[in-house]
Amino acid sequence: MGATVTTHDDHALLDGGPGPMGATYGKLMMWFFILSDALTFSGFLAAYGFSRFKFIGTWPIADEVFTHFPFLHGVDAPMYYVALMTFILIFSSVTMVLAVDAGHHLKKGKVAFYMFFTIIGGLIFLGSQAWEWKNFIKGEYGAVETKGGSILQFGKVDKEGKFERVALADFALVLPEEREQLTRNEGVWFMEESSLPSFSVNEVVEGFKAKNDLVILTEEIHDKEKVALNRTQSLARINDAKYVVEGANLVRNEYGHKLFANFFFFITGFHGFHVFTGVLINIIIFFNVILGTYEKRRSYEMVEKVGLYWHFVDLVWVFVFTFFYLV
Amino acid sequence: MEHAHESNTKRIWIVFGLLSVITTVEVALGIIKPDFLFRGHFLSTSILNWIFIILTLVKAYYIMWAFMHLEGEKASLRWSVVAPLIFLILYLCFIVLVEGDYIYEVYKNGHLEWIF
Repeated sequence: MGATVTTHDDHALLDGGPGPMGATYGKLMMWFFILSDALTFSGFLAAYGFSRFKFIGTWPIADEVFTHFPFLHGVDAPMYYVALMTFILIFSSVTMVLAVDAGHHLKKGKVAFYMFFTIIGGLIFLGSQAWEWKNFIKGEYGAVETKGGSILQFGKVDKEGKFERVALADFALVLPEEREQLTRNEGVWFMEESSLPSFSVNEVVEGFKAKNDLVILTEEIHDKEKVALNRTQSLARINDAKYVVEGANLVRNEYGHKLFANFFFFITGFHGFHVFTGVLINIIIFFNVILGTYEKRRSYEMVEKVGLYWHFVDLVWVFVFTFFYLV
Repeated sequence: MEHAHESNTKRIWIVFGLLSVITTVEVALGIIKPDFLFRGHFLSTSILNWIFIILTLVKAYYIMWAFMHLEGEKASLRWSVVAPLIFLILYLCFIVLVEGDYIYEVYKNGHLEWIF
């Protein structure tokens, strides 16, 4: 009968308690909300796993996609940045749990202090994610898509036999041709297109043919690495080019399979949205702490409840980090 | 609420240290990619991937137990949250990943090329 015995606890009344399983109803509901939200994220990550297993032979390699670090231009720095983001989020989780701990001792000043740093940590994380998205959308090297929907990247083999990527801008020719962007008020009625790539397919193809050391890097993975074609094969393959792809959008991306960018935007976006709402809720609770709402209540359980949500956001990031960047 | 008046600050910092160390190890392994782990194969993925997954689960355990304070809750609450998660996620991963691998085989051995 443990679940129905209620100890007399005045403050619990304002937090929706006492309830079953030794917790207040408020806290229980937060736990079960987290449970369902965790299953939502599991669904997304499992779907990512499904698509990845389905296209395991051609899936983009994360190390080759996320290589940027602030102020280090042109330096190949895989994973350092997301590792930094992970630390930021874990640290803001620590300040959150310190705030909860201070709440147990009814130390208003300390709770406010730690909550403030939690909010700052959340904002830094959101800024970092915006930067990550910016790099992902902008792209680095550019690629072409073939008639069959496969992505061809370019590069050359240097003297030591190491493969090195080459950007479209480094070899595409400028040809005397003009292609006007289709907008709603020109050409066919009510048809428009997004901005045109910097080069036409023809300019890329001619530029490729003109430089003898360039070869094509295919999507195929052999022995954990993308397969590069030799020059003869490359010259034959380049004729399949249909689109020039720069950066990433929801239709196509220069990194490889189309689903890769879709999952990236969707999963990190949904997680970022959770961080954003977490920051908002933290701000509300922060002001309540400052105003003394919980001081009057003699209970900081609200801080504990938003804390649960905040840790959950951190927990999800741990998994996103593993399955998007490491595995 | 037996945990209400004792301070957990020390434990919090220890857990933070643990999580940081695990993350650092993960990133280091991800960058170095030791050959025998990276190319070693175990249960349809590399040994390195299994290490990442296990370390992630360890991190998840510490976040849920220490930060979300499941260790201080009653066993009934703990299990009603953790058991559905473990069961449903394992089940989902099992059916979805096996199916994904099956479709990969179909694409690979079929007579139609899908992406070329």
